[in-house]
Amino acid sequence: MKGKNQKISLSCPMPKLDFEIITLGHGSGGLLTNRLLDSGVFNLFKNKYLDKRSDGAVLNLSNESAFTTDSFVISPLFFPNSNIGELAVNGTVNDLAMCGAIPQYLSLSFIIEEGLTMTEFWKILVAIKFASEKAGVQIVTGDTKVVEKGKGDKIFINTSGIGKLHPLAKLDILNIKVGDKIIVNDNIASHGIAIMSIREGLEFETTIQSDTKNLNDIVSTLLDTFGNDIHLLRDPTRGGVATVLNEIARDSNYGIEINQKNIPIDDQVDAACELLGLDPLYVANEGVFIAIISAEIAEAFVEQIKQIKHCKNTAIIGEIVEHHPKQVVLSSAIGGKRIINMLVGEQLPRIC
Amino acid sequence: MKFLSEFRDPILVKKIISQIEKTTTKNWNIMEVCGGQTHSLVKNGILDLLPKKIQMIHGPGCPVCVTPINLIDKAVYLAEEMDVILCSFGDMLRVPGSKKSLLQAKANGADIRILYSPLEAVKLALEQPEKEVVFFAVGFETTAPANALSVYQAQSLGLSNFSILTSHVLVPPAMEAVINDKECRVNAFLAAGHVCTIMGLEEYYPLVKKYKIPIVVTGFEPVDLLQGILITVQQLEEGKSILQNEYKRVVKPKGNRKAQELLTKIFQVKNREWRGIGTIEKSGFELRPEFKKFDANLKFKINITKAPENSDCISGLVLKGIKKPKECSQFGKKCTPESPLGAPMVSSEGACAAYYHFSAFQTSEVNSTI
Repeated sequence: MKGKNQKISLSCPMPKLDFEIITLGHGSGGLLTNRLLDSGVFNLFKNKYLDKRSDGAVLNLSNESAFTTDSFVISPLFFPNSNIGELAVNGTVNDLAMCGAIPQYLSLSFIIEEGLTMTEFWKILVAIKFASEKAGVQIVTGDTKVVEKGKGDKIFINTSGIGKLHPLAKLDILNIKVGDKIIVNDNIASHGIAIMSIREGLEFETTIQSDTKNLNDIVSTLLDTFGNDIHLLRDPTRGGVATVLNEIARDSNYGIEINQKNIPIDDQVDAACELLGLDPLYVANEGVFIAIISAEIAEAFVEQIKQIKHCKNTAIIGEIVEHHPKQVVLSSAIGGKRIINMLVGEQLPRIC
Repeated sequence: MKFLSEFRDPILVKKIISQIEKTTTKNWNIMEVCGGQTHSLVKNGILDLLPKKIQMIHGPGCPVCVTPINLIDKAVYLAEEMDVILCSFGDMLRVPGSKKSLLQAKANGADIRILYSPLEAVKLALEQPEKEVVFFAVGFETTAPANALSVYQAQSLGLSNFSILTSHVLVPPAMEAVINDKECRVNAFLAAGHVCTIMGLEEYYPLVKKYKIPIVVTGFEPVDLLQGILITVQQLEEGKSILQNEYKRVVKPKGNRKAQELLTKIFQVKNREWRGIGTIEKSGFELRPEFKKFDANLKFKINITKAPENSDCISGLVLKGIKKPKECSQFGKKCTPESPLGAPMVSSEGACAAYYHFSAFQTSEVNSTI
């Protein structure tokens, strides 16, 4: 994607093992499980909590804390710029960040379908290691189960996370008021389209990459500067920007107006959406957040994001309004208006 | 996007709208035939920008809306009972059959795949010779060549595990059926640009001549649509009725000859049933006798009793522009996008769904100004 730095390729050598694929035995809790965990998980994620190899982690939470959980069932497991492992860390880290918390601890659970190769599993583990280091979180407890062939889709991952609340965070839907601005930190729809581009039967040539990244650093810095002028943060993953905005409108009982021409989107992603008959507003993101903030700080807020990270496309996309409560209305690029609804189900490509 | 941004230029859009406003003196009902045009009108908020005297009537050119309930039932039957890999375009999956939709069948374990091209289904049949692969070949003249090509390819590859469930319909006979309905209130048509890209303009001259009704071949971008509407209104106000091509950059008078040749080779014209409308003479395609072995209908001897449409649904009258969706007693009550009674409430380009979303906004606007 243009203007976005390529990730540095990170790798750890895979330990020498006497098995190439994961079988039911690796989830039995016996010797095979221990060998898998010793060679893979425990060595890779070494920390004082995990090293105790206890049934759970004993944590000292003296602050007000946030707690969240998320499951990752993505197919394919490996996609441009990332894999399910990094997603599993960033997803939970970002959910904590959206609560105004500083992520500290993660749990990590795998449900593996027998037959997953150790090479694939190792790549996923390494991605988890680097993503958690980057986000500054420790993996403190976990679980591994193996299910029969046909009972899963290679691997499912669940992560739960705990983080202490940022002292200046006052994020609550009740704090939203008329006139608040709606900010998007980066181009939308890149993740969903990157996944689509390599799905079986749909492959098309593109350099579009997933936007998955941890957002906790950037959110923490913004909370340091703007504190309670930030009223709400949400990450528009499944269902995209449109779904999150609909939830905010519904739960706040205000209307939302957004302007199509201000919504940042990469040209390639935009073109792919046109070709595939998809609306980018409903396509998933993994490194994007929506902030509802006081109008007074809007410009400074945008400027600060642009300086912190590779978020040159940060933009004010709309505002909270009094009329049409619970509805999201988009001004199209040509000035017409239409309602942006919550989708009934999954977005299905149009015939023609 | 280059070559598209020019047709989404807000300044040009404003200019054309102002011309439409100046030109319009009477009430006119204009039917955009194609579902893609309906989608664009709604997506770009164009309905909101047009003068109140101009009513756009969303026509029957939405394949999702006009595919008969019986065909959906057959597709479900093939996927569930005959253990085939049933391949379909995406938005057919949510259309309600008499008992269930393909999406529900998929959730129950049927192997149903969303594809973008029927050629992918041929590839699938080649890769999985032990499985029967059926492509649900719906659509108008636009999608027909690709479906014809899939049969042609399957024949060339000697595939015996590929077939299509055909529900191809044709635009000009449907337009004629709309005009011939005694309750018809359509004053002019925006003809479907991409259908004409394949078929050319020749089929439309007889309609213009016989029924003295303006037909303007129109594209899909905001500037295209508005330009099409402007030309149509000019004709209506001047009492003219001619065939005009607004979409010249894509539509050539003779269309795409190669695609037409392929269509003639694989398909022949037959009477077709349209969901909600009934049977229209010579309004669809079926496979020619020499390609019948690729006809899923014959191959699997599907024996399904024809289920009646929901009696509360007036989709036929809506598709012909005789009634507005809001005139239906079930609109927004029993029938919503979440639980549609008829197909026009399903697709984003279906007339009822389009009205459902748009009218919600209008109501709240009125409320907020009181």
